[in-house]
Amino acid sequence: MRPFEYQRATKAQAAAQMAGAGNNTRFIAGGTNLLDLMKLEIERPETLIDISRLPLDTIEQTHDGGLRISALVANSDLAADMRVRRDYAVLTRALLAGASGQLRNKATTGGNLLQRTRCYYFYNPAMPCNKRDPGSGCGALEGQNRIHAVLGGSPHCIATHPSDMAVAMLALDATVEVLAADGTERTLPLAELYRLPGDTPHIETTLQAGDLITAVVLPPPLGGRHLYRKVRDRASYAFALTSVAAIIEMDGDTIGAARLAFGGLAPMPWRDRSVENLLIGQKPSPELWDAAADALLGSARGYGHNDFKIPLARRTLASVLSDACAEEL
Amino acid sequence: MEAHLKMDRPVESSLLDKTDQNIISRPIDRIEGPLKVSGRARYSAEFKLPNMAHGVLVGATIGKGRVIGIDAADAEKLPGVIKIVTDYETFLRNPAQGRATEAPAQGVRDVHYFGQPIALVVADSFGAARHAAQTLKITYEPGEGRFDFDSRIETAKPKESTQKAQGDVDAALRDAHAALDITYTTPSQNSSAMEPHASLAQWEGDNLVLYGSYQMLSTNRMQLADAMGLDIEKVRIRAHYVGGGFGAKLGITAESVAAAVAARQLGRPVRVVMTRQQVYDATVRRSNTVQRVRLAADAQGKLTALAHETITGNLDGEDFSEPASASSQFLYGGENRIFGNSIVRMDQVLSASMRAPGEAVGMLALECAMDELAEKLEIDPLELRKRNIPDRHPESDLPYSSRSLAECLDIGAQDFGWSRRRSRPASTREGDWWIGHGMAAAARSNMLVKSSARVTLTPEGRAVVQTDMTDIGTGTYTVLAQIAAEMLGLPLESVDVHLGDTNHPPAAGSGGSFGAASSGSSVYLACEKLRQTIAERLGGAAGDLRLSEGMARIGNVSKHLIELVTDPLAATATIEPGDTDTAFVQAAFGAHFTEVAVNAHTGEVRVRRMESTFAAGRILNEKTAISQCFGGMVFGIGGALTEDLMYDTRYGNIVNRDLAEYHLPVNADVPQLKVKFLPERDKAANPLLAKGIGELGISGAGAAIANAIYNACGIRVRDYPITLDKLIDRLPPA
Repeated sequence: MRPFEYQRATKAQAAAQMAGAGNNTRFIAGGTNLLDLMKLEIERPETLIDISRLPLDTIEQTHDGGLRISALVANSDLAADMRVRRDYAVLTRALLAGASGQLRNKATTGGNLLQRTRCYYFYNPAMPCNKRDPGSGCGALEGQNRIHAVLGGSPHCIATHPSDMAVAMLALDATVEVLAADGTERTLPLAELYRLPGDTPHIETTLQAGDLITAVVLPPPLGGRHLYRKVRDRASYAFALTSVAAIIEMDGDTIGAARLAFGGLAPMPWRDRSVENLLIGQKPSPELWDAAADALLGSARGYGHNDFKIPLARRTLASVLSDACAEEL
Repeated sequence: MEAHLKMDRPVESSLLDKTDQNIISRPIDRIEGPLKVSGRARYSAEFKLPNMAHGVLVGATIGKGRVIGIDAADAEKLPGVIKIVTDYETFLRNPAQGRATEAPAQGVRDVHYFGQPIALVVADSFGAARHAAQTLKITYEPGEGRFDFDSRIETAKPKESTQKAQGDVDAALRDAHAALDITYTTPSQNSSAMEPHASLAQWEGDNLVLYGSYQMLSTNRMQLADAMGLDIEKVRIRAHYVGGGFGAKLGITAESVAAAVAARQLGRPVRVVMTRQQVYDATVRRSNTVQRVRLAADAQGKLTALAHETITGNLDGEDFSEPASASSQFLYGGENRIFGNSIVRMDQVLSASMRAPGEAVGMLALECAMDELAEKLEIDPLELRKRNIPDRHPESDLPYSSRSLAECLDIGAQDFGWSRRRSRPASTREGDWWIGHGMAAAARSNMLVKSSARVTLTPEGRAVVQTDMTDIGTGTYTVLAQIAAEMLGLPLESVDVHLGDTNHPPAAGSGGSFGAASSGSSVYLACEKLRQTIAERLGGAAGDLRLSEGMARIGNVSKHLIELVTDPLAATATIEPGDTDTAFVQAAFGAHFTEVAVNAHTGEVRVRRMESTFAAGRILNEKTAISQCFGGMVFGIGGALTEDLMYDTRYGNIVNRDLAEYHLPVNADVPQLKVKFLPERDKAANPLLAKGIGELGISGAGAAIANAIYNACGIRVRDYPITLDKLIDRLPPA
């Protein structure tokens, strides 16, 4: 680990200011991903700004009946919150599908959104990786890419985003509250937090230096049936090969509302409205699931070891939709 | 006093069947357990010596080539850095193979595998050393690496000592009622012990003391002495607690010599702890294997041919080749037979012994092939195995020392409810899951290795056991205490066991499932010797002596032990293998039964039941023995379903080199396991009448899972691990 400056923030505004003024700063809260990366010197911040003591650990109702989850709420606390369990069950299910009990106790809401890929090549400084070392090439394209993206990748990077929580939040139409270094606050849809790799895979989000995520806001309860299905190489403590967050509301015998987001398939949590639009107003049927999968995966591309993710995503989606539309689970 | 037994004849009886303490075999908690759970058991990396410096190894970032130079200037300027240490001649190139009595390949200027340790950065803190290690610039002249096993398979050269042939296998296959010729493949694996490899070296004049996380200290000491050019008497190794080994700590690894060299250069103690990534890159792997199995049988299901040939990889100059057919050679009959290994030369980290070398992956092939043959013959797989249990060894015609295989199969089947299994694949569905049942035999060779121990009775009425045996998490402390307590008539609390120090008599070490029986026999013999002295002092014959609760009694005469032992009374004993090793086939046996569920949509596999029945001679501690079997069965799940050490064939590096991406089974992958032991005694094995159990649990376990997967969904995957991508395109209609 490289030597670094350590600063402790007592106010959110001060934290953002410190980060904006510093050179190559990182916020640290749970540290469950950042510290690993710093030990390997993949993350090499000059200054760490400890935000773990900021008063950002509450879950509050918003004026319109949604939930405002402050950035430092631990994953385990968020998963256990009664309101989340009742009204946003997809989120609880996604959180509990991720990491381990110990990690969820440490990991925070904001940190979870910003965790970095687990690509093998990103993690090994002796290997080429455009994300870690821009211009060095992508080791995964023609290497071991079993865990890599089939959607949204580029010739420069096919790493996946590892979060389960973010997938559920994307399906829930969550928004992110950001405090900038200059004190201004803004809100952006979660979908606009992330960027696809293109030819700048090292730039993963739309955040600017000093931007501090202060909260994630969920809209008023959406109703419907909430499912999160994570498929992985062992029963726990593994990242998703593919995951599906689904919120489906039936209207009689047709699908009234559908929200779907996917993990493990792309460099960011993935949502494709065309898939949802195709489902709405239709009667559940295997043919419909096929059409939805066609829409989702039409542009999907495998790189060898990860070819199986395409049929896997197709089959997982069908299974989830079938369960979500079933009269009884 | 000294005692010595060479196992030239079976022992007629064991005192452990006549003593009165009722301590042996009982499921007693580990005596060192409280120390471990409270953090007071000190592992190698936890010793702190005055003025100790910290070293971090730097591994090669090429897979083949030559080191041109090390630019230490920048790294040595970093805060806290003491020195960049290397010794191109002395540093270990390869780890030592288990039980080697000489140093392994040394010299690190030539790079033979990715991650090969080149230098050691020493600093006044681990953090400073690690940072400098990551900064250190090494320049290379890259060479042409041999990293792609599949493309090199034609270059495999037979390992002569393994080639065996009897009869005419081709003819038997031609003439058979049913026959098969199938190739199975298994991937590279890594032991992945919880405790990384660690050594702390300290020089006391010309003497080297190494706190090292190793399994077999008496040979580790020889390896280290040879590597450092020292007389063996000048080397002491201490390893009081070892956090798992599974083969990866059988021989010394690079950090030991690097620590010793650095400590000598700097004149202060140096500790070197491998990072998790270095454990994967630079210790040992189990080689990937390609196994061709040929079976032929007559209409009654009697095998007429059994051939099991294996191709593995290893570095130049390294002779080890995963003995995958180890149990195939004695488990079933069939007069026409071929066995043999071939080696493909690879520039990949040393392949060596790991968790049941041979059986662990060999039975993934043989026991699935038997299942495939049973289906062809339309015979129940359980029945097929029973019909092929040979009376005597099919090649040597030697008798089996003890073998409860048929009983394990029958009792295991009954307990599991095997008769209710549906033999047609894909015939049971529960919701989204296909349900299937599978079984496999378990078999693991039994070995005895020369081992010594000293047992001292003290005037305070205690017994002290001393040996350089290790406890790698297996329960050695506890079983040795139980043997001594039972033999000497003492409460368990009155026995102190001192392990893991080469100042004590040399032991077999932990490996090959021979540790408990070998070291336990030496303790037994030492206690037997002490019993003779006690009997003499009591004025009677040893055969009439009763010892219990600190009292010695012969006939009507009885005395407290402390009255008879007024000065420390010590006996040192040695057991060694003899003619029973070659006059009998010695192995432990068992039967695995599993139930799995295969997701009809995604191909995910969940093991729902896993029940195994074993017989391994006397069980020394039912609890630690069951735990050993549990561990093996969990690794059976890993071998069947999850473990796959992946290489990038372009660069020769291991890509998944941490516990997040090298997938060992986690708790959620493991159902409630059940283990049953059948009573057995093995008189040819050792005076305890016990056989090895450490690796029995894994042997065959994965095959029972693979067979259950076939029964669940009708898909045979012959390329392990059985991950969902290998099932998904062939699943039955959902």
